[in-house]
Amino acid sequence: MSSVKDWAAPTPISENRSGLIGKGVDRYEGRLKVTGSAPFAYEVEAPSPPAYGVLIASPIAKGVVAAADISAAQAAPGVRLVWTPHNVPAQGERGAKMNPRSQRGSNPALAGKIEHFGQHVGFVVADTLENAKAAAALVRFEYAAEPADLIFEDNLAQADQPEGEEDMRVGDFEAAFAGAPVRLDETYVSPLQNHAQMEPCATTAWWDGDHVTVHTSIQMVKGGQHTLAETLMIPSTQVRLVTRYIGGGFGGKGQAYDDLTLAALAARELGQPVKVAYTRQQMFQATIHRPAVHMRVRLGAQADGRLDAFALEAVTHCRREAPFTEHAANFARSLYAAPNRLTGHRLVKLDIPAAGPMRAPGEASGMLSLECAMDELAEKLGLDPIELRLRNEPETDPETGKPFSTRQLVRCMTEGAQRFGWDRRNPKPGQVRDGRWLVGLGMAAAIRGNFLLPAKAGVRIDADGTITLRQGMTDIGTGTYTILAQITAETLGVPLAQVKVELGDSDFPPAPGSGGQFGAATAGSAAFAAGMNLRKALAELATGDPNSPLYGDDPELVTFGGGNIAVDNRAEPLERLVARAAPEGVYVEGSITPAADARDYSQHTYGAHFAEVGVDPDTGEVRLRRMFGVFAAGRILNAKTAMSQITGGMIWGVGTALHEYNEVDPRYGSFIAQDLAGYHVPAHADIVDLSAMFLDEVDDKANPMGIKGVGELGIAGAGAAIANAVYNACGARIRDYPLNPEKVLAALP
Amino acid sequence: MKTHFTINGQAASLDLDPRTTLLDALRERLDLKGSKKGCDHGQCGACTVLVNGQRINACLSLAVTHEGDEITTIEGLAQGEALHPVQAAFLEHDAFQCGYCTPGQICSTIGMLKEAADGWASLATDDLTADTVLTDEEIRERMSGNLCRCSAYPQILAAIRSAGGLA
Amino acid sequence: MKPFTYERPADVAEALAMAAAVPGSRFLAGGTNLVDLMKLQIEQPTHLVDVSRLPLAEIAETAEGGLRLGATTTNSQVAADMKVRARYPALAQAILSGASGQLRNKATTAGNLLQRTRCAYFYDTTKPCNKRQPGAGCAAIGGIYANTAIFGSSEACIATHPSDMAVAMSALDAQVEIAGPNGQERAISLEALHRLPGETPHIETSLQPGEMITAVVLPPPPPGGQIYRKARERASYAFAIGSVAVAGGKVALGAVAHKPWRARAAEQALADGANPAEAMAAELSSAKPDGHNDFKLKLMARLGAACLTTTGAGDGQ
Repeated sequence: MSSVKDWAAPTPISENRSGLIGKGVDRYEGRLKVTGSAPFAYEVEAPSPPAYGVLIASPIAKGVVAAADISAAQAAPGVRLVWTPHNVPAQGERGAKMNPRSQRGSNPALAGKIEHFGQHVGFVVADTLENAKAAAALVRFEYAAEPADLIFEDNLAQADQPEGEEDMRVGDFEAAFAGAPVRLDETYVSPLQNHAQMEPCATTAWWDGDHVTVHTSIQMVKGGQHTLAETLMIPSTQVRLVTRYIGGGFGGKGQAYDDLTLAALAARELGQPVKVAYTRQQMFQATIHRPAVHMRVRLGAQADGRLDAFALEAVTHCRREAPFTEHAANFARSLYAAPNRLTGHRLVKLDIPAAGPMRAPGEASGMLSLECAMDELAEKLGLDPIELRLRNEPETDPETGKPFSTRQLVRCMTEGAQRFGWDRRNPKPGQVRDGRWLVGLGMAAAIRGNFLLPAKAGVRIDADGTITLRQGMTDIGTGTYTILAQITAETLGVPLAQVKVELGDSDFPPAPGSGGQFGAATAGSAAFAAGMNLRKALAELATGDPNSPLYGDDPELVTFGGGNIAVDNRAEPLERLVARAAPEGVYVEGSITPAADARDYSQHTYGAHFAEVGVDPDTGEVRLRRMFGVFAAGRILNAKTAMSQITGGMIWGVGTALHEYNEVDPRYGSFIAQDLAGYHVPAHADIVDLSAMFLDEVDDKANPMGIKGVGELGIAGAGAAIANAVYNACGARIRDYPLNPEKVLAALP
Repeated sequence: MKTHFTINGQAASLDLDPRTTLLDALRERLDLKGSKKGCDHGQCGACTVLVNGQRINACLSLAVTHEGDEITTIEGLAQGEALHPVQAAFLEHDAFQCGYCTPGQICSTIGMLKEAADGWASLATDDLTADTVLTDEEIRERMSGNLCRCSAYPQILAAIRSAGGLA
Repeated sequence: MKPFTYERPADVAEALAMAAAVPGSRFLAGGTNLVDLMKLQIEQPTHLVDVSRLPLAEIAETAEGGLRLGATTTNSQVAADMKVRARYPALAQAILSGASGQLRNKATTAGNLLQRTRCAYFYDTTKPCNKRQPGAGCAAIGGIYANTAIFGSSEACIATHPSDMAVAMSALDAQVEIAGPNGQERAISLEALHRLPGETPHIETSLQPGEMITAVVLPPPPPGGQIYRKARERASYAFAIGSVAVAGGKVALGAVAHKPWRARAAEQALADGANPAEAMAAELSSAKPDGHNDFKLKLMARLGAACLTTTGAGDGQ
């Protein structure tokens, strides 16, 4: 196993001779996307015209399908197939060899036992989408409903510690808190949220003999392939899963859903390609969501602001049969110094759709609590909120005592304060007006963990010099195609145009997919390793080839650059070498595994958010006026795509603070917001003057390239900065997100 | 029923189920899959196309109602290899991430720029009788019918600003 | 969608005849609401009469000094019209507050008036709703959806009318021109077009079967200021949680009732010398919030008073 010490040596990435690393090159697949020619899963051309599948959802939260009458639907025009729990083909049990990450909350399709509102109970395939939809409305179901636990707040008393978890304690929190001269004890509530990816889940499936090919919108290739193989009771080798373009994932497409299962089953049954897409309403009711979290924060400080006692206890919910914990307290274990500490989680099991990961699970909810509590404590102490954080800046990880791999939180705050004009903030709330608007400033810190998972990549060079990187990785809009092209081109010293990247195919060397902000580091490190292996193979090829100008040279002395392979001033173009010495091309693979000692370091990405908002005293409406973030996230691979990731995350924070929430109807177990008119993601007009910058950083404990993830850091803490700005604007401290007009108006004098 | 229209400059004729929306006709009958289905209910803007030069949501428009109309989709904007200036600006400014809302954003931008050039007001217009000046606030308000969950809004604004003089 | 047939008439008379000939017919104009609801099978017409190309798309001066907006003028067309912008700014603002650029390019004047509620339980067809199925009950009552009515609701329905445009038209004392299947024509006030729910919330307007709206007539603009302001959960592209139109001392409120709510009590109070806050208090004294939508009292009191103050209404003229 490797050690982080192996990662400190110079590499083609750190040397960056072509300057491709960090350069804001256009997206690799950008031209396809701006011309509308990138085929998403529902748009892939099947070998023959597909039939159209439509799903039918349960109107009850818990119970069983007692009876189903499919006669009218079967007789409807164009109908090929009608399935209910009573006639759906047998499906294999799932989970035997499943990566739990990719399998959360997944049941057999059309299970007769209903565990949440909106669970699919019927499926219709017809020759056209119009006929399929019309026929689906003709299926008649009878249900035997059972009592269900639906409301989180009503069931807090049954909250349990998640299985296998313990509270994390350092020192004696209770005693220290009781003795602290300045104390804060508040509960913050973050709401249930929906991913609302623009592309609904979709699959196109067809069979060739006993092999099935599925094009589907999923973040994790291998998990989806294995799930489907188990469901179909065939070996994984007979399932090819392809996911080239994904219209947004955000964690919500980490697993296989019923579109994948039923498209494959129906295509087998009918001997014809079948495609299935969720409706927008089904996206709300029948995929995962971010659960609501109740977070009790207790802070005990000395008069100078130093924390003696710190506790964050989070209670959240999941679907009864699909355990998942939103780890809303974990981030706080590494954030601020305090000798006496307590963090922990409790879980309530409900009969509602499954909770699961959504962009920055843990941090996105959790930081909404502590980062407001710090603002409140600063006011109690008469300190600037940044000064309070500076006084609690730890030298080593405050829980474990491990050294930080890198930590530039202080510089993020001080640099941001200066650039944003934080000194213009009036610490007294409600003092600044602009026309009718009450104006305020707020800030919050950001922290998000950094991870590296095992992955492989394959790279080949062909006789024409084309270098093709292949990986069972996904690009959900994060920029994966682009950064892998940059890494590969820089590693091999060739122009970007010479590199092709092919992703999203279970036939390719496996990578864990997109999630947890680990994608770029994980997939990128494997691609880098593959590129280094190709360098080695080409060096040996050249130095062993009597027709090469490098013949007889020491392979260790071979260099790559400008499309050439060289030793000193003897060089030849790569394509000439390959065409002559290996005309069939050269293919190698590379892999990355976490370093044995990587966890000897506390590894995180950091940032600071600054926001200015206006509050309308007539309506309680809050509008962003400007927002700025400073972030430190290791080496940045692409200035453009990384910036887009970070600002996108910040905007999620704006939505989290101001508009986004869903609620469960206590009588039916259904979500109140079931479409994009009812669930308010930010629109253009909500996002005013929002920008960010990255600090220079290389984290040589993170991976061989010194990079970290940027996909989730931007949302961490962003909503708290907005909430703090709302308080500064109008004096309303609202601890129940989002700060929508109803709540703000109620809090206004 | 038989319906004739012009799509991206080409005459097209389809025998349509009256239930078929313009969006489904484009995607499922005419192999023009660039226009996206995000919500199918006029709540996201991913299906935005230009009909007789005006931007509309193709998901809420029955195809049979478009007899004789001139329809422009994302596929009809580039001239061969040369991208439309708005497409080029989106690429240059990284005005998208997953790319699913992008065709709608681009078609909407082109329609929006024409509306502004024609002097239409928006909710961001302070003086309803003054000439239209396409400020950042105006662009944001006028583009609010196109949601982007990846939240490329700052980049989309930059792209529109740079393309505004050209489109 | 359920199967239906489709026809495109050349003129109003033909449209009326086509609709009369097939039971279950509906007029289709922009389709932005009707097609939406047909997809959910909330609307199930058997026959669509496409009126979008009828010669009703003109904005014309009236002899009285007002404007006649043809039924199929689009929302965009009306909001862009310089006569509307100069003389009826509250109407232009209201239209521009609604929906999106794309939707306004399709949505028509008449269709906007006839759009149906956005109540979450109306849209969720797994729930009882007296609008969708008379007698089924109302899931909104006792539910948690908060964008419901505080005025004029009934035990059968607490839904609101979602239009912005109609609220401004109400304050502007607009008239609605209607043509009937036998060639008869009539005009009613906009206030008389929409009904309160009572025991028949599925009957939303006073249009008789087979009738169609042909125009909305705006009287000459009233003296005094005009404004339309809307509160909502995000900055754009969201339905109102409360809105106010003021035109020369006439006041209408949106998102508070089954119809655009003409605030007669506030108007009377203003006429009696009340200040803006007192006028709104007078109006809201008859409001009946249900526990979930109580925030609308404070919202409408403040927003209404602010709009009255801005337009100079209630300052003792």
